[in-house]
Amino acid sequence: MQCGKCGQPAVLVLQHGNLCKKHFLNYFEDKVFKTINRYHLIGRAENLCVATSGGKDSLTVLHLTQKYLKKYKLKATLFALAIDEGIADYREKTLSDLQEFCKKNKVKLKIVSFKDEFGLELNQAFPKFKTNTNKKPCNVCGVWRRYLLNKYAKKFGAKLIITGHNLDDEAQVILMNIFKANTKLAGRLGPISGTGEQEGFIQRVKPLYFCTEKEVRLYAYLKGFKVHFAECPYSQQGYRHHIQAMLNDFENQYAGTKQGIINSFLELLPQLKQAEPTAQIKVCKRCQELANQDVCNACKLKEAIIHG
Amino acid sequence: MKLTIFNERTQTTTAVQFKGNTVTELLNHLSINPETVIVLRKEEVITAEETLQEGEELYLLSVISGG
Repeated sequence: MQCGKCGQPAVLVLQHGNLCKKHFLNYFEDKVFKTINRYHLIGRAENLCVATSGGKDSLTVLHLTQKYLKKYKLKATLFALAIDEGIADYREKTLSDLQEFCKKNKVKLKIVSFKDEFGLELNQAFPKFKTNTNKKPCNVCGVWRRYLLNKYAKKFGAKLIITGHNLDDEAQVILMNIFKANTKLAGRLGPISGTGEQEGFIQRVKPLYFCTEKEVRLYAYLKGFKVHFAECPYSQQGYRHHIQAMLNDFENQYAGTKQGIINSFLELLPQLKQAEPTAQIKVCKRCQELANQDVCNACKLKEAIIHG
Repeated sequence: MKLTIFNERTQTTTAVQFKGNTVTELLNHLSINPETVIVLRKEEVITAEETLQEGEELYLLSVISGG
């Protein structure tokens, strides 16, 4: 297979042509920068928080955000924020890669942990919440991660959170919401998370929104980012894992399936955002963070785990 | 055709014997979805239609990672 642009050996076969290393890297970066510009993802924010884990997605989005700021001569400052859930044989590997990357690229890195915030690592919490709440690890991890991300991005002065969510991630969540009849949550998806500005909520944006997971992995590899293979030991217990496998099977048989889901969703998104019920946002009585009820979900889970 | 395959996801090296001579045929034989791996030959990325050589070593980089 040869590159459709220059005849060099191809590294990726796309529906609209094959690309060599050089042209793939150009194509990928161009796609990310166009996404940022089209949806005004970065704009004039002064202090940017990049949500990081040390995996391929977060290192790629961190690198490209730095490159974007430089290309457009933006004066915004940037820092990386990582959440250490305390998952043995997993997070320490990715955090090690992240620390090395940040040091090499002169990025300030902040790490906050479940242990410091909630008194328990996920490994310690899991046996308790399995008994007390019947929840799966991903249910608790997701709530606590989002909570800490918003809380500490705000604490460190960020006006915007940049995440490494890719096209596969988004397509999976769209299907999960449909399969579980959570369509009311769908309006919160899209390249810009949330339905509007909310005091205390830091807007989240997704520059890799139109990049498939395979493209991101390829980019990270070709750029030489040190990314150890690490898989969360709990991930196969999650609902998402099954959706991911199903989508990859479909994509293999019917190329363009994932992109089709995203395109269809984006056509519906304006209506979904309008239909989103305007829930009254409260302040949690325990921690003073944002909450839908008197006590936020993060505090409720903590209490359920500790007290049963 | 005989090949040696290192699989990043399973962290295993295996000798594989199969009938066929392309990357697509190899992945079919291994029951691996091409969406989930990037195939490397001597650290160079090769695509699905690439013809394989008897006795060569390949590396399967995992696309899926994380939580």
